[in-house]
Amino acid sequence: MKHTEIDTNKTVGKPISRLEGKLKVTGTAKYAAEYDVHNLLYGYVVNSTITKGKILSIDLSKALALPGVIEVLSHENRTKLAWFDLQYTDMDAPPGTVFKPFYDENILYNGQPIALVVAESFEMARYAATQITFDYSEEPFQTCLDHHLDSSRVAKKGFATALKPPPPPPTGDFEKAYQNAAVKVETEYRHGTEHHNPIELFATTTIYQGDGKLTIYDKTQGTINNQLYVANIFGLKYKNVQVLAPFVGGGFGSGLRPQYQLFLCVMAALHLKRNVRVVLDRKQMFSFTHRPPTVQNLRFATDTDGKLMAMNHSSKSETSSFEDYFEPIASWSHRLYPAPNTLFEQELVPLDVYTPMDMRAPGGSTALHAIECTMDELAYKLDIDPLEFRLINYTEMDPSAEKPYTSKALKACYLEAAEKFGWEKRTPKPRSMERGNKLVGYGMATGIWDAFQFPSRVEAMITADGKMILNNAVTDIGTGTFTVMTQIAADELGLPMEDVDFRYGDSKKPFSMFQGGSAMTSSTGVAIVVAAKELRKKLLKKAREITDSPFKKVEDNEVTFKNGTIALKHDPNVAVSFKEIIAFNKGKTIKTTNMGKPHMLKLKKYSMATHSASFVEVEVDKDLGTVTVTRAVTAVAAGKIINPKTAKSQIYGSMVWGISKALHEETIMDEKLGKYINANLGEYHIPVHADIRQLDVIFAEENDELINELGVKGVGEIGLVGMPAAISNAIYHATGKRINKLPIHFDELL
Amino acid sequence: MNNFEFKQATDTRDAIDLINHLPEAAFVAGGTNIIDLWKYNLTNPSSLVDINHLHENAEISILENGNIRLGAAVKNADTAYHPLIAQKYPLLSKAILAGASAQIRNMASNGGNLLQRTRCYYFYDPDVPCNKRKPGSGCPAKDGYNRMHAILGTSEACIAVFPSDMCIALAALEATVNVSGPNGDRNIPFSQFHRLPGDRPDLDNTLDDGEIITSIDLPEEGFADHYSYLKLRDRHSYAFALVSVATALKLNGNMIESARIALGGVAHKPWRSVEAEEFLKDKEANAENFSAAADIILRDAKGFGYNDFKIELSKKAIIRNGLMALNPASQLPGAQPSA
Repeated sequence: MKHTEIDTNKTVGKPISRLEGKLKVTGTAKYAAEYDVHNLLYGYVVNSTITKGKILSIDLSKALALPGVIEVLSHENRTKLAWFDLQYTDMDAPPGTVFKPFYDENILYNGQPIALVVAESFEMARYAATQITFDYSEEPFQTCLDHHLDSSRVAKKGFATALKPPPPPPTGDFEKAYQNAAVKVETEYRHGTEHHNPIELFATTTIYQGDGKLTIYDKTQGTINNQLYVANIFGLKYKNVQVLAPFVGGGFGSGLRPQYQLFLCVMAALHLKRNVRVVLDRKQMFSFTHRPPTVQNLRFATDTDGKLMAMNHSSKSETSSFEDYFEPIASWSHRLYPAPNTLFEQELVPLDVYTPMDMRAPGGSTALHAIECTMDELAYKLDIDPLEFRLINYTEMDPSAEKPYTSKALKACYLEAAEKFGWEKRTPKPRSMERGNKLVGYGMATGIWDAFQFPSRVEAMITADGKMILNNAVTDIGTGTFTVMTQIAADELGLPMEDVDFRYGDSKKPFSMFQGGSAMTSSTGVAIVVAAKELRKKLLKKAREITDSPFKKVEDNEVTFKNGTIALKHDPNVAVSFKEIIAFNKGKTIKTTNMGKPHMLKLKKYSMATHSASFVEVEVDKDLGTVTVTRAVTAVAAGKIINPKTAKSQIYGSMVWGISKALHEETIMDEKLGKYINANLGEYHIPVHADIRQLDVIFAEENDELINELGVKGVGEIGLVGMPAAISNAIYHATGKRINKLPIHFDELL
Repeated sequence: MNNFEFKQATDTRDAIDLINHLPEAAFVAGGTNIIDLWKYNLTNPSSLVDINHLHENAEISILENGNIRLGAAVKNADTAYHPLIAQKYPLLSKAILAGASAQIRNMASNGGNLLQRTRCYYFYDPDVPCNKRKPGSGCPAKDGYNRMHAILGTSEACIAVFPSDMCIALAALEATVNVSGPNGDRNIPFSQFHRLPGDRPDLDNTLDDGEIITSIDLPEEGFADHYSYLKLRDRHSYAFALVSVATALKLNGNMIESARIALGGVAHKPWRSVEAEEFLKDKEANAENFSAAADIILRDAKGFGYNDFKIELSKKAIIRNGLMALNPASQLPGAQPSA
């Protein structure tokens, strides 16, 4: 094989601090609601206070009389809009009828946006919103999953089904095998609703340019997704709608679909022909998408040696009355464990709520909690150490697809994390370990998550100063994408990082999918590799054309790219700089645009996943039940780690989320009122510093030469998946109590 | 938020004049509660009287009779860390530091702490009924999600709890609230400052219209040797108490000379039982006696479903905190249970 050698400052694999860090901590980085715009109007959204029914009339007289109030928009006076559902559909829309704000008088859920006050100041708009009265006719509603489990049905199929397939058909004969099995466990798990709550509030600033042109600063995980959405609905030309999101203050999935403030802001800007900003407040952050509540039932059985013989996982989760949001839950166990008899079922319960959507490790974090707690129960029944039990059922294959994984270093995760944690010090009996007034528990669990890759297109160029510019529409939602892409590009061209300018977060740039599924490093990263390869070729070609070029008869594999030069391998003193090449090119940039995409054909023979193992120590107060996660170790196998620092931060963040999911986070639905009642960060609990103690992250070595050009898999979600079960299992070990619901409240341990 | 008039009061008299003459006026000190309420559209004053510059209320001082006076305008954080308080009234110091966050404690005033409104979810949502917010509209908490709600002293109309930590210690210490108003000055014993909801849950306390808190007096006895504040909540900081206990003991050897036990998170006011405190007198300070005292305190406790656990939790907390009071060094930051 002939390879061009790239001898570089090698940044890949080094813990580089994020390049925009200083901008962020000094407040210099601007977010969607922070752009200085002249003659700006402020929109404030009014939300429905009923759960289901119709708006009969709206009294705007008081609001419109207030000084500084320009207009109130609602279904009664909205702009003419696109007619067909399809035109409202975004790239992440589930099957069904997409929600169309201000479409008509019908109320589909509590908190539905029903009017937009536009005023000279945010404060006035918000106050005016309180002065509008709506006359409703109310209808009975259903918002409680538990009470409507009987109305479950299978999910409709659609575009989204490709990434989120329904459970596979049964194998063997589950019922018979379960009945005859030596050791079995039957469990039920309940999870509450969670809201994403990125700290940056959803916000849009629309700059009205005239002639049907809009520049939109939006909080989103997908600039192009929102560009298409706006253009389709409002009948604008794609090229006239630019969506920018250079900095995004967290997303966690909530920004995968355009949210209603974008729609309303654009509508107001077009209607008034003015620049408009709409910012949601924290309460309104609970008025759209969320992680759905679920009820899961599992029956697992083994033979006397602990080999899994039968697995049944059934899940029912909430969706809205208008869209079928489906996240895979029931099918995960068979991607980890082999069992000859399986039965996986998953259904939805449509309720009068907004459509749920992906929230960090959607489905996986929900499912693995149930699976790994069930595995823990089985281990106890078998009297086998929980880690040993996983190893007994370990496989290098993906049993559900009957294919090998491109790579799977889960065993290394188990062993390295167990050693670092000190698992061998565990005494298996519940309530057998103590420390003063506290019961001590050790628990472990496995994590698995998808390794996706989406098509992505990158424009790469070398400019007259010998530096590299790259363009791609991808966002950086705080994950480190900007830094990681710069590293990859720098190494591919043999440039120092400061000579690489990765430009992103702009729908005008070449295509990237929305930023989700832990897929960006593989998607845009691979596109950079492909583009860089082409760029090297073009540079060498041009270098050969230079008069008396020493490279004239040199093959691709005889040169090296180093510090902004092309040099002969056997005589590095013979070199030509990128600057000289571009000068020879009359100062004209040398550029290329290339698509990176997954090697579907080759990968058809394989399954792809990241894996993890989490080990957790908890202390539970003997009298009072209070729980502290005192230590946690998570080992992750996710292919090559481009930047151990930003990757580790991803895992820390998701471990904290795991603690949150296990012990804190839940949006409470009052079923009589049909609405969420703790819609603020005071009462919607996430952990604070005092809740987080020692966290350790290990990256198990995993050389994956099959999965993609970079050997990367992505780390955005995997760190969360195993944590909730590890914590639940540790609590069982400490107290002897199985609390099969999340979050676990300390009073349940009294 | 509506437009409003903003006035800065120069002294207590001026503040009283302003509040009584401006239309729909409200005081603002630290602003850590009223601004929230305003943003949530739960209050819409037309005028705001700033009382952050009332110098006569801005100090912590020793009175001639040995009592300590906490100015109403002194910040919660400055109170907790004041050497006099930290040494003589460590129970108060610990209780303050168990509340809110460092940033909020830096802003919140002592007077304002007494006047904070309940954190009941339903009270905070202007679009649902609430007898405290809109008398006669109903109480969705009683048969709703009432995890945070009261088990003692509830009424048909309201089961909200008073959220303060500081006030639980002030109740145990038997502080006095000094107020001024258009009709002059008066002193309100702490036990009579906050009230039970009854059929007027809209009233949190016994302050009259147009009155202002000027200071809070602490009696000389600070129980600095045997005290403990325990706060049980859904996370280790920045959460309101589901149950909190302030315990102060005067011991002779292992015998209790006098005991004070105040509960937070369980009622519309800091909860004390004179009967239980009398019971503990001349008894040995041990788990058994604390348990018996807890039974007296919780005799009439009643849960509403989601908060049933508070009855058992309160009992266990009273016992544990009694034991923690014997060894104040066992207390952990954030008023967590002893290690």
